[in-house]
Amino acid sequence: MNVRPGRIAVHIGLILYTILALGPIVLILINAFKTRRAIFADPLGLPNGQTFTSIGFDRVFANADFGLYFFNSLTVTIVSLVLIVLIGAMAAWALTEYKFPGNTLIGLYLAIGIMVPIRLGSVSILRMMVELNLVNTLTALILVYVAQGLPLAILILGEFIQQIPKDLRDAARCDGVSEYRIFFSIILPLISPAIATVAVFTMVPVWNDLWFPLILAPGDGKQTITLGVQQFIGQYVTDWNAVLASLTLAIAPVLVLYLLFSRYLVRGLTAGAVK
Amino acid sequence: MTDLTATSVQRADAVPVRARFPVHIAVFLAPALAIYTLFSIYPLIDTIRLSLYAGDETGARSFVGFQNFQTLLGDPNWSGHFWNALRNNLIFFAIHMVVQNGIGLGLAMLLSLPRLAGGSVYRTLIFLPTMLSVVIIGFIWQLILNPLWGIAPSLLKAVGLGSLFGPWLGQESTALLTVSLISVWQFVGIPMMLIYAALLNIPDDLLDAATVDGAGPFSVFWFVRLPLILPTLGVVSILTFVANFNAFDLIYAIKGALAGPNFSTDILGTFFYRTFFGFQLQVGSPTMGAAVATAMLIIILIGVLIYLFGVQRRLQRHTF
Repeated sequence: MNVRPGRIAVHIGLILYTILALGPIVLILINAFKTRRAIFADPLGLPNGQTFTSIGFDRVFANADFGLYFFNSLTVTIVSLVLIVLIGAMAAWALTEYKFPGNTLIGLYLAIGIMVPIRLGSVSILRMMVELNLVNTLTALILVYVAQGLPLAILILGEFIQQIPKDLRDAARCDGVSEYRIFFSIILPLISPAIATVAVFTMVPVWNDLWFPLILAPGDGKQTITLGVQQFIGQYVTDWNAVLASLTLAIAPVLVLYLLFSRYLVRGLTAGAVK
Repeated sequence: MTDLTATSVQRADAVPVRARFPVHIAVFLAPALAIYTLFSIYPLIDTIRLSLYAGDETGARSFVGFQNFQTLLGDPNWSGHFWNALRNNLIFFAIHMVVQNGIGLGLAMLLSLPRLAGGSVYRTLIFLPTMLSVVIIGFIWQLILNPLWGIAPSLLKAVGLGSLFGPWLGQESTALLTVSLISVWQFVGIPMMLIYAALLNIPDDLLDAATVDGAGPFSVFWFVRLPLILPTLGVVSILTFVANFNAFDLIYAIKGALAGPNFSTDILGTFFYRTFFGFQLQVGSPTMGAAVATAMLIIILIGVLIYLFGVQRRLQRHTF
């Protein structure tokens, strides 16, 4: 095999950067399972028979309702994603399929949300949620995240719908199928591959967000996992076992999902950039 | 069947039918427009409106024109913090532009080398930190840089740089740089991916032609690849800009709402939060908060307009 020295240098560079990118995360994961003494004496060592402990996790489970926070995050993320994809696909379909007055204008109106962060409207959003009695509910978060995610989702789904062959819908129209059924029975099933792309851009920011949970749902057992970890660590700063364990609990699900679906996520990201 | 209804409708009232908005289009558009307008556009407009009001202790609001902005930019109690946050935010952005996008470009160049073994593994792993919550990342680095744990100094000692270590997050002179670099570390995957995708889009013929004409690897990069990915670099820049001027989570997780030490890591996002919710002895003010948010909105709009009219128009998009 013919290996050029240039290529070896490239691999060394990439491996070094990969270590830099993963090192800190691995460090947290391995130390979460070690005794306090071992965390300080040998931070780089893997936990072994002598140093292994789950005391941090026991303390986290005893003092914080991480199961509940996790469930809250899951609910908010999944409901938001389903609504964004469904409502976004309907709008994207209307904007790409039909010519009607105001089409371009509505497209531009929706595009504002891609560039202008909804966070800047927080003062009014909080006022509204207080009036609607939605403070400390997951509904408040879902409504805001759907509004936040729609513009980009409509853009991505619109590009995807354009690629669906025209024959399909024209054939259905000749058979007298209603526009609603064309969308729900033909188009919607066909755009499922685009959901991965939409998911990269909507699910991750929603799952990781701190701002809106902090403002709209900071208590009453409605905390998301990100806020829950933030509040927990604020209280247990000096308890290294508990801090490391709570970080591990927050990292683990994302890590597992990412490694399972990374191929789709990475493909979605690069595909979205091509345009 | 379809034919029949169409002709009968046309005969009955041809003009009104053409003017009437088709019901099914309205049905498809209505949910998205309703939620988006109610929870995104309306709050933004209402925030701008609120920034022109002042509230008192009883909660009554009165119209005060641009007085809040005069306070923000002129009152010594406010303007110092505002300009400090804006300056820090500009530094935060500059570090991202140079370091994050520079490393992203470098990694993308390496990853786009033809027939690179393990390319997708590198991409997946280097992108991983981007997927994690900024809050988690903040805490991870806080632990690693904590002098108590001592892992950072001992690692530095191992490579002979032990004397460089200091309580970087705690010193006024280094805190902002450290926080910025933590953010860079997390988000380097985004420019890497976007630039990588753009580089892949350049046809091989073009690169081969340049090589045949005698261009070395450096010339190929500088005169062929770089000009072709300029539009992507523009997109990366504006994404970085909007994200940076909207940042909050990382500073809040590491330094709290006070963005210490002595406000040296204060950026517009944390300044907005403190103004809105109050801190220590100061009571939060929704109307001043709205004024800060409006100022941020204006800054972001200026950036977006510079990009749209100054940068994007000049960059020719190449399609193959």
